[in-house]
Amino acid sequence: METVAFFYFAAVIVLTAVLVVAFRNPIYSVIALLVMFFHVAGLFVTLHAEFLAAVQIVVYAGAILVLYLFVVMLLNLKQDDSYQRQVGWGIGLGIVGLAEMIYLVLSAQVGNSPAIGTAALQASASPKVAAIVTRGNTEAIGYMLYTKYLFPFEVASLILLVAMIGAILLAKKGVLGMKEP
Amino acid sequence: MIPFSPGDLLAILPELIVMGVGCLLLVIDPLTAEDRKERLVYISLAALAVAFIAQYWLLGLRRPVFSGLYVLDPYGTFWKLLLILVAGLVILLAKAHLKLEAIDLGEFNAFILLSLSGMMVMVSGRDLLVIYLGLELMSISLYIMAGFKRFERRSMEASAKYFILGSLSSGILLYGISLLYGRTGSTMLSGIKAGLAGLPPHDPILLLAMILLVVGFGFKVSAVPFHMWTPDVYEGAPTSVTAYLAVASKAASFAAFVRVFMEALGGVKANWQVLLLIVSIATMVLGNVVAIVQTNIKRMLAYSSIAHAGYALIGLVVADAAGVAGVMLYLALYAFMTLGAFTVVTMLRKGGLEGDEIEDFTGLARRNKWAALLMLLFMISLTGIPPTAGFIGKLYIFMAAVGAHLTWLAVLAVIFAAVSAYFYLRIIMVMYMREPGETAGTPGHNVRIVASPAIIAVLLVAAAGVLVLGIFPDPLVKAAQSAILP
Repeated sequence: METVAFFYFAAVIVLTAVLVVAFRNPIYSVIALLVMFFHVAGLFVTLHAEFLAAVQIVVYAGAILVLYLFVVMLLNLKQDDSYQRQVGWGIGLGIVGLAEMIYLVLSAQVGNSPAIGTAALQASASPKVAAIVTRGNTEAIGYMLYTKYLFPFEVASLILLVAMIGAILLAKKGVLGMKEP
Repeated sequence: MIPFSPGDLLAILPELIVMGVGCLLLVIDPLTAEDRKERLVYISLAALAVAFIAQYWLLGLRRPVFSGLYVLDPYGTFWKLLLILVAGLVILLAKAHLKLEAIDLGEFNAFILLSLSGMMVMVSGRDLLVIYLGLELMSISLYIMAGFKRFERRSMEASAKYFILGSLSSGILLYGISLLYGRTGSTMLSGIKAGLAGLPPHDPILLLAMILLVVGFGFKVSAVPFHMWTPDVYEGAPTSVTAYLAVASKAASFAAFVRVFMEALGGVKANWQVLLLIVSIATMVLGNVVAIVQTNIKRMLAYSSIAHAGYALIGLVVADAAGVAGVMLYLALYAFMTLGAFTVVTMLRKGGLEGDEIEDFTGLARRNKWAALLMLLFMISLTGIPPTAGFIGKLYIFMAAVGAHLTWLAVLAVIFAAVSAYFYLRIIMVMYMREPGETAGTPGHNVRIVASPAIIAVLLVAAAGVLVLGIFPDPLVKAAQSAILP
């Protein structure tokens, strides 16, 4: 069952990833990217990383992709052929990458790779991992964020505050443009 | 489980004050009438004074905070005291300077405080994640401040360039951090040190992680070959921001750089010393040589700050107690002279603009002997001629190099310090040996000096730092030597 799911998600990811660069209309590309992000999230679910899957959808599909769409629509990009001419380069680099991957897969010690799945995780000796499996990883991450990592968590919130205010300050007309002609 | 104790909060009291007042300023700013905006400056200065006292009160204490993610130690306290002082001086400087440039916004003070809190987190983090978050908080505030002159093309260019290259370097740093985490199973500096013990010394992934960390931090301290952004950003940013960038951002980045490499990677010194040796030499050579051909004073000071990063890096190449103390001393003394030099630049006005060309200094001694005299002092100090602070900084760095049997490196650094005399002394020559132009189009024409009590106060502190610490450096040397990493 897991294998079937994996191959389904993997196939769709590869297909849509190719479509992202192959489409000439940027809107189609963005939609293909959206489909890809959902399937990557599906892949995370098969690995029992539910939290990561949710973050993948919320952050990538929800926030980043909407940003892309905004940019594409605001700039009113109809069609951009300049990248289509680089197909030769793309194929060349793709072959190099593929060769490298095949080499790595062949030279890796297959016996050493850990089995994937809840049972394997529970069997592993680390008590941390066991705690995560029994508690569910969303809860485990939330617990860590608000206890041990409380301080960095708060610093991160300050970063977001600064970035937000800075963006408004630099983009808003009339705030800093007192001498603007 | 209670995540922290009241003692933890007390240990980060200075940080909490700076962060809290930084956020508070953002709220107070819109509620303050336009003609009372000066209040914000006084509030921030008061907050910095309280934070400084609180930090001084914590001097000498050593205590892990937030289950070891953060630390209160003499090393961090030394840097934090320096950074708070610099931030206070920059706020004073900006008070007068931003008004001249018509960009005096209340948010500026908030950004200074928030970036200062980022720096404080950075120098005290004992976990790579915390250090990274501090670095990002500092950098994002600086990206925005660099673009404060929004109507000026150069300022926007500086902001955009700094943002894009800075994000790239953050990405590289994170890549290094993730590789280290993958190899050692920890992001805590102590955990990495323990994890490294079980690895072969020439582990390829470890080496790659090390290189990526050097690139990431090298960018922040503007070491060659990661210095490309420095001249453009320093030139385009408002001069008071440039001063903050050149002094505080560099000091904080060096502090984190030294802590990560000494505490986490100290066990595999031999691997990174050679790498940093090459970077250090390249930085000294390029910084000093390219500075010679600059015609803009801010660009020249940018290359000079690159060169000084090269000298300070020698301390990290040496990587022993004397080297670390040397870096701390060097950056602390460098802060006074660079801040002073940039302050003199802000005083020079040409019509409604800033006189930021070297030409504008022509005959300054005739127009205003005090400004020229102070610039003379800062230039002499930057060259490293006794009895100024610059000499003491170089002396201790070179002594550390000689002590570690790197005499040839010290000799090389002295040679390049001599090269640097050419472009520093040129400013003095231009100020004292030329007559200011009387007709339009001649160098030095129409330049005037604008001074205000705030700027004079900054200049006095900087000059006092350069002279007093140049003649009587003992207290600072002792402070640095007692604050080195364990």
